[in-house]
Amino acid sequence: MLKQCEGSHAVAEAVALARPEVICAYPISPQTHIVEGLGEMVKAGEIQDCEYINVESEFAAMSVAIGSSATGARTYTATASQGLLFMVEAVYNASGLGLPIVMTVANRALGAPINIWNDHSDSMSQRDCGWIQLFAENNQEAADLHIQAFKIAEELSLPVMVCMDGFILTHAYERVDMPTQEQVDAFLPPYVPRQVLDPRDPVSIGAMVGPEAYTEVRYLAHAKQMQALELIPKVSREFKEIFGRDSGGLVRPYLLEDADTVVIALGSVLGTIKDTIDEMRADGISIGVLGINSFRPFPVSAIRRALSHAKRIVVLEKSFAVGIGGIVATDVRMAMDGLDQRIYTVVAGLGGRNITRASLHRVLRMAMHDQLEGLHFMDLEWNIVNRELDRERQTRRSGPIAENILRDLGQTKSNVG
Amino acid sequence: MGHQDIKFYQTGTFTVGNRLLPPEQRSVQADMERTNSLNSGHRACQGCGEALGARYAIDAAMRATGNRLVAVNATGCLEVFSTPYPETSWQIPWIHSLFGNAAAVATGVAAANKVKARKAGLALPETRVIAQGGDGGTTDIGFGCLSGMFERNDDVLYICYDNQAYMNTGVQRSSATPPAARTATTMPVGDEPGNEWGQGKNVPLIAMAHGIPYVATASVSDLRDLEYKVTKAMNMRGARYIHIFVPCPLGWGSASQDTIKLARLAKETGLFPVFEAEYGEVTNVSKIRQKQPVEAYLRLQRRFAHLFGKKPRLDVVARFQEMADQNIRKFGLLGSDRAAVGFPGSEHK
Repeated sequence: MLKQCEGSHAVAEAVALARPEVICAYPISPQTHIVEGLGEMVKAGEIQDCEYINVESEFAAMSVAIGSSATGARTYTATASQGLLFMVEAVYNASGLGLPIVMTVANRALGAPINIWNDHSDSMSQRDCGWIQLFAENNQEAADLHIQAFKIAEELSLPVMVCMDGFILTHAYERVDMPTQEQVDAFLPPYVPRQVLDPRDPVSIGAMVGPEAYTEVRYLAHAKQMQALELIPKVSREFKEIFGRDSGGLVRPYLLEDADTVVIALGSVLGTIKDTIDEMRADGISIGVLGINSFRPFPVSAIRRALSHAKRIVVLEKSFAVGIGGIVATDVRMAMDGLDQRIYTVVAGLGGRNITRASLHRVLRMAMHDQLEGLHFMDLEWNIVNRELDRERQTRRSGPIAENILRDLGQTKSNVG
Repeated sequence: MGHQDIKFYQTGTFTVGNRLLPPEQRSVQADMERTNSLNSGHRACQGCGEALGARYAIDAAMRATGNRLVAVNATGCLEVFSTPYPETSWQIPWIHSLFGNAAAVATGVAAANKVKARKAGLALPETRVIAQGGDGGTTDIGFGCLSGMFERNDDVLYICYDNQAYMNTGVQRSSATPPAARTATTMPVGDEPGNEWGQGKNVPLIAMAHGIPYVATASVSDLRDLEYKVTKAMNMRGARYIHIFVPCPLGWGSASQDTIKLARLAKETGLFPVFEAEYGEVTNVSKIRQKQPVEAYLRLQRRFAHLFGKKPRLDVVARFQEMADQNIRKFGLLGSDRAAVGFPGSEHK
């Protein structure tokens, strides 16, 4: 059924259709509307046989999820930014224990300086945590991916993070084709756990493992993610059979076949990039896009296959590893190892800075002429950066960097809203 | 059973042979049907108070729940000595997740069981859950999750086995470590040797402040009382907390055969008040049978040896005595005294 609704609302409804049994909620922007919606649905009886627990922290949210998932309940939670960092110990624990929890990450920047707007720093910080990480391009896909996520998680007994851009998607009103309960029931079977805390068949879960077996346990976590490389496209195909649309999968090519230059990106920015590419194509430029839907597992073969003909690759990412550069780009380099291609990293959209078509045109044209440096920060205000560096050279007590920069910009407050 | 009804005929001892009791009053551990939930063969030290306390607590909970029990364990000695894979001493479904989240994991187990029960058409879940941890996992790192579980009144019994320091990592100070005690992070050097003198963190009282249905303290020196309290707790619903005093020969520098003796002295001096509280009010206090000076308790432990060395610190011993006497007044631990007015809830008793 077509609906005009907020992204968070679409996700809440999709989660509800998956018949969750335990939902743990702790508020953090921009994830709040999702758990608020679910709380209302549980209380109104629209989601039956479900416990909705208002916990006291994200650490508790993931811990409650661990307990309920290990007891055989389909479990969901959502978080973002600092919340994801606060639950990290439990995030690793959930994947280590092989518990198929599904969690939305409403992608948001990390502090300090505190910043509530969108980028991918939060989920990228957890790229090695053992969870499957799926990125949604729009609200339709965000809703669909949650339904697929439960199926993938439960089939592999691995947790799945569905990443959707904070505010840009969570708070955007878009048309969404909401699945029906019958469709979801036909797609998603009830959860049958691989291990469960059951007095009729007692097991010990989470005991200590020494050097004699730890490597094998860790390798199996990797092997499961390699299985996910086959399962994710399979689930996407099954989804299409029932729901009639393309959603999910590993990668999504756009005007790729003959493209000399290929842009790689994740999430909602793909829309702006596609618009820009359309305009560049109209100017006769040979350029295309590859969207990465599954960041973990990283689809090395699919990316190599899709990009082997490209002369240059521009990885545009809303995060970066301080002290080295691109995070996604590093993985792309590994996928393209041994091929004669130029690979550029463009860091853009940090802390909610708009990624405009004008900026994309400029940067992509520089890349096409191989005039871009290997690591480029899009729309970085160099004079502001240099003024602060200069100030630090001259004054020992130079003060809080973020405040200095805003004063240099002549702004009395952060450009909120 | 009314635990106060038992008469102890054997003078000079608190133990009473089960043969002297009617069958219904005999301990769970004396029963051939006991479940040995924490089975023998584990790696606890000689004289470990925690192993003893856990064995009695979990078997009593098993009997009370008709053997439908799940245990969630915080990281710590109990977790490590009972379960390096592929061995496990646990005969019940058992999960260890992290150091600081046992209460929250147990909340998740309880929530899942509630949903399963509802789907099966049952009013209440048959399978119950216990969370357990040491004092570090309870009073320090797990405190946030514990308070959250209390505040929501989740159907969890949390048991803290209090041996007054981080023993698993090599005897470091916790917020349950008594003042002046030597630990690896509060060494007996300088002018004020050992742990700083402070309030510590009294989690039983903090639990009571949450107004939860049941809070109790217990000791491995009175195992029948411990069984009674666990049984009572498991016959209630909602958030419940039992804080069990478990001496640690390794961490305290005490003889392994003195574990029960030390636990008894902690109670008989007044240093560890043994009581029950319901909905924030003290309902029962285990009286001191024969009051002992704190010195009798302190002298048996090398962690307090610096108080009795070349320069005895009788002033510090006197402060301990005042602490014990204050507990005696506050909880009404002697004779027929009632708890002093002003103690939370006691004025209504």
